Amino acid sequence: MIEQEIRTPAPDTDDRGQRRTRVLALGVGIFVALILLRLITGESDITSSGTMGATLALAVPIGMAALGGMWSERSGVVNIGLEGMMTFGTWGAAFGSYFSGNPWLGLLGGIIAGAIGGLLHAVATVTFGVDHIVSGVAINILAPGVTRYMSDLFFTHETGGGATQSPPLPSFPTWSVPGVGKPLGSLEKHHWILVSDLAGLVRGVLTNLSPITLLGILVVPASYYLLWHTAFGLRLRSCGENPVAAESLGVGVYRMKYAAVVISGGLAGLGGVFLTMVASSNYQEGQVNGRGYIGLAAMIFGNWRPGMVAGGAGLFGYTDALQLRGGGGAVHAMLLLIGIGLLALAIWRGYKRRPIAAVVSAVVAVGVLLWFFLTDALPREIVTYSPHITTLLVLAFASQRLRMPAADGMRYRKGEGH
Amino acid sequence: MIYRLLAKSYTRTIVAALVALVFAIAVTSIVLSVSGFDPPSTFQAMFEFGKEPDSVVNTVNRASGYYLSALAVAVGFRMNLFNIGVDGQYRLAAMLAAAVGGAWALPAGLHQVVIVLVAVAVGGLWAAIPAMLKVARGVSEVISTIMLNFIATAIIGFLLHPGRLAVQLGPNNIGTKPISSSGRMPGIPYPGSELKLYSFLVIAILAGLGYWFMINRTRFGFDLRATGLSQSAAVASGVDARRMVVMAMVMSGAMAGLIGMPQLLGGSYTYSLDFPAGIGLTGIGIALLGRNGPVGIAFAALLWAFLDQSSQILDFNDIPKEIVAITQAAVLLSVVIVYEVVNRAGQRIDQRRVATQLGEVTA
Repeated sequence: MIEQEIRTPAPDTDDRGQRRTRVLALGVGIFVALILLRLITGESDITSSGTMGATLALAVPIGMAALGGMWSERSGVVNIGLEGMMTFGTWGAAFGSYFSGNPWLGLLGGIIAGAIGGLLHAVATVTFGVDHIVSGVAINILAPGVTRYMSDLFFTHETGGGATQSPPLPSFPTWSVPGVGKPLGSLEKHHWILVSDLAGLVRGVLTNLSPITLLGILVVPASYYLLWHTAFGLRLRSCGENPVAAESLGVGVYRMKYAAVVISGGLAGLGGVFLTMVASSNYQEGQVNGRGYIGLAAMIFGNWRPGMVAGGAGLFGYTDALQLRGGGGAVHAMLLLIGIGLLALAIWRGYKRRPIAAVVSAVVAVGVLLWFFLTDALPREIVTYSPHITTLLVLAFASQRLRMPAADGMRYRKGEGH
Repeated sequence: MIYRLLAKSYTRTIVAALVALVFAIAVTSIVLSVSGFDPPSTFQAMFEFGKEPDSVVNTVNRASGYYLSALAVAVGFRMNLFNIGVDGQYRLAAMLAAAVGGAWALPAGLHQVVIVLVAVAVGGLWAAIPAMLKVARGVSEVISTIMLNFIATAIIGFLLHPGRLAVQLGPNNIGTKPISSSGRMPGIPYPGSELKLYSFLVIAILAGLGYWFMINRTRFGFDLRATGLSQSAAVASGVDARRMVVMAMVMSGAMAGLIGMPQLLGGSYTYSLDFPAGIGLTGIGIALLGRNGPVGIAFAALLWAFLDQSSQILDFNDIPKEIVAITQAAVLLSVVIVYEVVNRAGQRIDQRRVATQLGEVTA
């Protein structure tokens, strides 16, 4: 009864159908732009099945971190400790799978290790009221030390192991949609406009799938369903919007926040499992390499909503895949796209009579285009960090029409809301 | 008695730090015992090694960088601005300052000043990027500074390349051209040790004094603290919040520029592949541990450096020296928790006292 009253549509959900069309149009638009870019620059890696497959693979850990961040922040707890929780996950996956010989126990180990990190964050922020960012930073400092110590203790005496890496781990079986790989592969080789690009996209996404990838994809609709279509989700989100009001309606705010932050840690741990056991064949120190933070950026970019968060993870996964597979040439081709995009933005801003913003965009656009035309490839050292550069650029150009949960990051004490 | 003690804020800080330290030692002991090592003999070995003259010099030298790093972080923390980017700021600053210092030989005195000024300028400018992004585009400084740390690594990797800013220093090491003797700072001898204390230590102490003066005795410092305590109240009293964000961030970055200087001018004279990294992240922990005060940070920096240094002995005893990372993190996490608890207890006492006094007045 009470819940029905609260469930009146919030301002940001009433045009759901319209928003879906817009997201779809954006996706198709980006894909067409990439095809054009491939034609102009001749960099076939821009839409190859290899890049698309790698995009999906690299988007999974970022997406798990991003969804983890979303769970936590929807309950009002900022989780900058995702990076550390992912680190715990990478180690937990190695520990669980190596000593049992069973990859599925690695999955379990990684999720549990991440969830323990989440529990620590929940104890500090929810029970003791420590500043969320302070606690998160502390967890990020804690994680590398603990994992190094534990590796030293458990892995140094094993063959192939050491203080900074685990021995080779058992791997998950991979799986392809039957009857897709070969015909699409031959289609792709012809480099026909649109047909080959689509073949690359479909083949990359449907072949050599790991169960962890599938699990990662399933988490997106599952999160959406749990958070937006169950009583549990409604209560959890109400803690992130107005915990005092939630408390007055009888919601156990502390319990909800604990649940959210532990789930958040578990998801980050799942991302860590992916890095250790799917993207690689063993645990290595520093494997996470900022992906927890990039996940947070994907969450912000996705406006704290699962569909867009997944889209943001896809974007960062794509830049990561492109730099890994295409190297300097393919990323160099992206400069053209960015330059033209910025030019369009400049014209749009001029049309909207915002001269200063228009001039800034135009100057940057000209700079990027000059860079494109005056060089042949980007230096390797820079290209490696293109996901991080993309993250910064995307936040700079896209972070204004966002709406975070109203009580996100606020300190909440039970019974003290007057 | 204990109530009256808790009423003073600095006693709260000391109580919190002591409780946290005891808690951290307990956690470390448990971890050691579980892994099959004997805690008392481990601590004793660390302490014995840590008080040797060579260890003292190394500890103090290490602490000077930590101290500057924590000061840089603390400038932002005072107004709830999280400059996680100190790490990138100091590495980029040290690298470019080393390159400038190695490129030209200037008269002694001027040479050092130029190097330090370049470092301060680079640190400040690199920190200006997240500041501008925050005030102009509303980008959270936490994410942008973290990304800029990675981007700084990319730029350093690009520039630190033979033919660009680097020269071959050894079979497996490249770095900027070493700074000539006119640009170096002589060390301070320490009795009983061949090693020398970095004389940049003096400047680090002066930076601490400057920080104290700025925070507590200037209008800027007052605005900074006011903004940190309540942004809306500060804005209402005429503080320009955007200007404060930019000023604080640039100041934090400029301070970050100094972090690499003790090492650069007193020890390595070049920015090479093995130049210490990660001091900026350590600084965050030390600033939290020292509660953003210049004296507290000094103790925290010395403690942290002592743990780093004295743990070197553990590898000889087959104990993983990363155990101190657990100690450090436990100190850090417990100090913030304990401080919250103690502070809340203290506030309750304050409220009760004010209530009784008011009661007396009205009665």
